[in-house]
Amino acid sequence: MLSSLLLEITGSVSAIGAGLGAGIAVFGAGFGIGKIGSSAMESMARQPEVADKVQTGMIIASALIEGAALFAIAVCFIKG
Amino acid sequence: MCRENNSMYQILKSTFTLLIAILGFSFASFANGHEESHGADTTNEFNATEMILHHIADSHEWHIATIGESHVTIPLPVILYFNIDGRTGWEFFLSSQFHAQGFPHEDDHRAESLPVDGFKLDHHDHIYYEKDGKPYAGAQIIDLSITKNAASILLSAVILLFIFFSVAGGFKKNQGRAPKGIQSFFEPLVIFVRDQIAIPNIGEKHYLRFMPYLLTVFFFIWVNNLLGLMPSGANASGNIALTLTLAVITAIITNVSGNKDYWMHILWTPGVPLPLRVILLPVEVLGIFIKPTALTLRLFANITAGHIIILSIVSLIFIFKNSLVAIASVPFATVMNIMEFGVAALQAYVFTLLSALYIGTAVAEHSHGHDEHHH
Repeated sequence: MLSSLLLEITGSVSAIGAGLGAGIAVFGAGFGIGKIGSSAMESMARQPEVADKVQTGMIIASALIEGAALFAIAVCFIKG
Repeated sequence: MCRENNSMYQILKSTFTLLIAILGFSFASFANGHEESHGADTTNEFNATEMILHHIADSHEWHIATIGESHVTIPLPVILYFNIDGRTGWEFFLSSQFHAQGFPHEDDHRAESLPVDGFKLDHHDHIYYEKDGKPYAGAQIIDLSITKNAASILLSAVILLFIFFSVAGGFKKNQGRAPKGIQSFFEPLVIFVRDQIAIPNIGEKHYLRFMPYLLTVFFFIWVNNLLGLMPSGANASGNIALTLTLAVITAIITNVSGNKDYWMHILWTPGVPLPLRVILLPVEVLGIFIKPTALTLRLFANITAGHIIILSIVSLIFIFKNSLVAIASVPFATVMNIMEFGVAALQAYVFTLLSALYIGTAVAEHSHGHDEHHH
């Protein structure tokens, strides 16, 4: 089947899984952080006085999301 | 809030801290990226994976530059404590003795290392003991060498001491006047850490206790990240052992300074229906360990991934064996490098911010309207 064919060529199917996993993880992180960024921009435009607080919250939230994505990338790094 | 048996609490706290400190120092291991599937290349072909992993990994010597055929390398001291069949002892020698005939280039690093008192260096830069021409598994070696990362950390410590003694001296001298010189750059940063990171998260009452730690972590990570971006810099903050240590220190500080409210929130969350409390207990207890893990992985992966990206873009030139690729590759690598300077500062800020957040939850004092046994 396709897997056995690829196994002969690459010698390791886990590499495909690793690449795919890392790609999907980054896609999820990018999407999530994009949403945070857009809502942060919007709220800063609506109410400039709270821009500082919104920015801090935005950085915290994106750091946490990125941490989760990096969990996945670390696993892919090890397994691939 | 009152604490009955204040001295008992203090004794328990100190014992717990001592226990954690002893456990934390009771082993030394060599954190290194592993190379698994890049294959043993016996030709002199350019192997991008190998080159990149070699640049990220730790090493027993500090390779600075390659000028033509000669390699400018700083040999670093090797410090071993060994236990071979009951014979114990220490070994001190410079890592240049492993390659007394000249430092091997990355291409021919498969050249055998010379034995030094029976100790040899393998391809993954680990030290093993050779007996009768074979690696001897019965030898227990604790490798406490000053490797490239350790030397880089020491260098960043020297830099930080120099900077902050100057700043402190300037602060004393310029009392009541405008800051001058290096003080005028670092004082706003210190105030930034105090006003934007420490006070909002920890609160006016307790922030001063934790300021030394937060400032240390902030500038230490920032300087280490920057040193890693310099040419021939060491990838210190991309070493998971360093980030793990910093995260563990944050965890120790958080949990040791946790007050009664903190532990109540974790073990028996007030103001929440009973079934949810039972569910929350394992989740919160796991969270005590997951938070430092996230801190570790976030910093490690961000810095290491940045280095890998830059190295990969540059090695594209060598993979395609065409200097025209450089027209696209070099500007891209330059842009990525500039972005990595931003990431260096941002990751230091995020680590410090999250540490302050966790410490803040530990020392937070607030009154629960619905807490029955509150005093």
